[in-house]
Amino acid sequence: MNHRGTRVLRLDALARVEGEAALHLRVDGGTVAETRLRIYEPPRFFEALLRGRSHTEPPDITSRICGICPVAYQMSACQAIENACGVTVDGPLADLRRLLYCGEWIESHTLHIYLLHAPDFLGHADVVGLARDQRAAVERGLRLKQSGNAILEQLGGRPIHPVNVRIGGFYRTPAPQELRPLAQRLRQAREDALETVRWVAAFDFPDAVCDHDLLALRDPGHYAIDSGTPAVIAAQGGPRALREFALSDFEQHVRELQVAHSTALTATLDDRRFLTGPLARYAINGQWLHPVAAEAARDAGLGDPALGGMCDNPFRSIVVRAVEVLHAVEEALRIIDGYEQPPRPAAEVPPRRAVGAGATEAPRGLLYHRYALTEDGTLTGARIIPPTAQNQTAIEEDVRRAVQARLDRDGPDADDEELTLLCERAIRNHDPCISCSAHFLDLTVERA
Amino acid sequence: MTTELGSATDPRPTLAVWKFASCDGCQLTLLDCEDELLGLTDRVRIEHFLEMTSAEGAGGERARLDGRGPYDLSLVEGSITTAEDAERIQHVRRISRYLVTIGACATAGGIQALRNFADVDEFIAAVYARPEYISTLETSTAISAHVPVDLELRGCPIDRRQLLEVITAYLTGRKPRIPGHSVCFECKRRGTTCITVAHGIPCLGPVTHAGCGAICPAYGRGCYGCFGPSSQPNLRSMLAQLRHDGMSEQDIQRVFRTFNAASPEHAPVPDLAAEEQERPPNTTETHPERPA
Ligand code: SF4
Ligand code: SF4
Repeated sequence: MNHRGTRVLRLDALARVEGEAALHLRVDGGTVAETRLRIYEPPRFFEALLRGRSHTEPPDITSRICGICPVAYQMSACQAIENACGVTVDGPLADLRRLLYCGEWIESHTLHIYLLHAPDFLGHADVVGLARDQRAAVERGLRLKQSGNAILEQLGGRPIHPVNVRIGGFYRTPAPQELRPLAQRLRQAREDALETVRWVAAFDFPDAVCDHDLLALRDPGHYAIDSGTPAVIAAQGGPRALREFALSDFEQHVRELQVAHSTALTATLDDRRFLTGPLARYAINGQWLHPVAAEAARDAGLGDPALGGMCDNPFRSIVVRAVEVLHAVEEALRIIDGYEQPPRPAAEVPPRRAVGAGATEAPRGLLYHRYALTEDGTLTGARIIPPTAQNQTAIEEDVRRAVQARLDRDGPDADDEELTLLCERAIRNHDPCISCSAHFLDLTVERA
Repeated sequence: MTTELGSATDPRPTLAVWKFASCDGCQLTLLDCEDELLGLTDRVRIEHFLEMTSAEGAGGERARLDGRGPYDLSLVEGSITTAEDAERIQHVRRISRYLVTIGACATAGGIQALRNFADVDEFIAAVYARPEYISTLETSTAISAHVPVDLELRGCPIDRRQLLEVITAYLTGRKPRIPGHSVCFECKRRGTTCITVAHGIPCLGPVTHAGCGAICPAYGRGCYGCFGPSSQPNLRSMLAQLRHDGMSEQDIQRVFRTFNAASPEHAPVPDLAAEEQERPPNTTETHPERPA
């Protein structure tokens, strides 16, 4: 390969992510000139096909955008419609919703940690290889994942596209004794989650710093999962003060742009690059972690979340995810312990002519929905902004930095195979859900 | 078929998982078999599964979108919505010995087949500011519309137990037990009181393919048909019952036009509904729930 000419690296298929994408990298001598994440997931046009449907349907229909985080879609959709109809769901129904969401956090994060991401750190192509070396760890991961799925199954009917969610609440709420076997399982899960934090904290992390603005929901008193107001911490270098904006103004701040190279839209936050997801949530909500999760975070070297500790190494996002799993287990146990069956399974949500917005924290980051309804509840418009579309620019920047650092270290002739692995890892740090954003990586590197 | 499986050095048959237009939920079902996953990998060699592994084949080369093959068992998720995918499925068929479609997308076009009833250019314009960057087909079609398929597994998503049944049946060289009867049978087996009979809740169970274990009725909700049509669905009786239980014409159209909108067995619904409207309401229709 001639490093004076344009060098093109091709990454044919990004594995261990959800969906299909390609990466194009152009290297001019020793400088990365361009990184382009091209998502070629075929478009499925949900926003278009929702028009003309009834306001009762988006929770079921939008869950089919993503099999990995269907609850996130169901919860953001419910909130947007309830917001349009002027209904607030609180008390035990809201607690049950959060319990269901905890199930998804546990399941989805654990899937990412053990099956998709950890093999990178331990030099394996997949969990099967990892299980040959560390059978007990993989079994622990599968058990932990299963406890998340157990919540989803008990409360939602099944783990993928749960059926028990409706606007206003549920079709059927469980009697407290039905949740008891879950609590027992979750106590085992707490041990497994704590072990997971220790396990991942001991991995070898490449040095990296990201300086994206961070966006997450903020709900004082809670580590935001299913509720809160959008809050931003500006990138390092700038003032680190936190600012919030109203959810109804979301689209004025977060603007989606379409680029020629991708079927997913990309986004900016007040014209700047930004990141949503675990790193953002940890920075904005860390002080409200359950004590056991906060302690595990401190021990894992993430700084003191009570004192505004942040994690700015994207490779350590796996540790933040593990801390979030532990938090979700604790939160689920707290909800089950305090649960009393509500008098009715769902609040009435009578339709009216209005526009409503809703946002919740999907495991990968903030997920925003907006719907416009007519008086009889027919949808006339829908807008869905998934986390991966918001993160795309930040992911491209992380890849650029990782490759640039390697070129600076190894010189312009750095090995293509190694660069490819590095790119994949930099992308997997963000657990991108490409099905959501329009889902696999095909890398091309052009070298000049 | 068992005689030709595996290779001289590794007797395990090879498994490949493919994705077309979909949500990944059906392939995720395989990773949701937490108790069986590691045992399964002792019995089959997972050679191509992008969501799970970055290696391909026994040599461990980097995984590619179109795989290398040949593979003994291919599981295909998703529908065909682009010209490239229409070609890729031909390739997948050529390198697969036994091909099973998993889920409503691959078996019936999925939720994205709603475009088949609309103007796709208008759909594109509704979602993308620069429609010219998007290339897509006007329809979303099932895998069987493009290549011969050995088995179709229904559901949105598929059921974990059915998936394991298909894989184990394949490994032991027998026919998988995937019954074509309706969800009503599963309600009976589960001991769920019929919510239509007891509470007048509209339910598509009588015309919907079994497989989920009748989850919705157990949660107090009418079946919404995510497993698609049962064999020989009696649509006329179903429509009468749904109306009787208070569904409007519009609700009926919508519920049949969701995750299995493009299923040919459910396609007559709009015509039947129009025909029915011209006839006086029929109040003596037998209840469709009773097993035949
Ligand atoms: S059938 Fe349903 S669950 Fe399966 S891939 Fe399609 S949308 Fe997802
Ligand atoms: S009609 Fe009755 S028996 Fe049949 S699926 Fe529905 S609830 Fe079950």
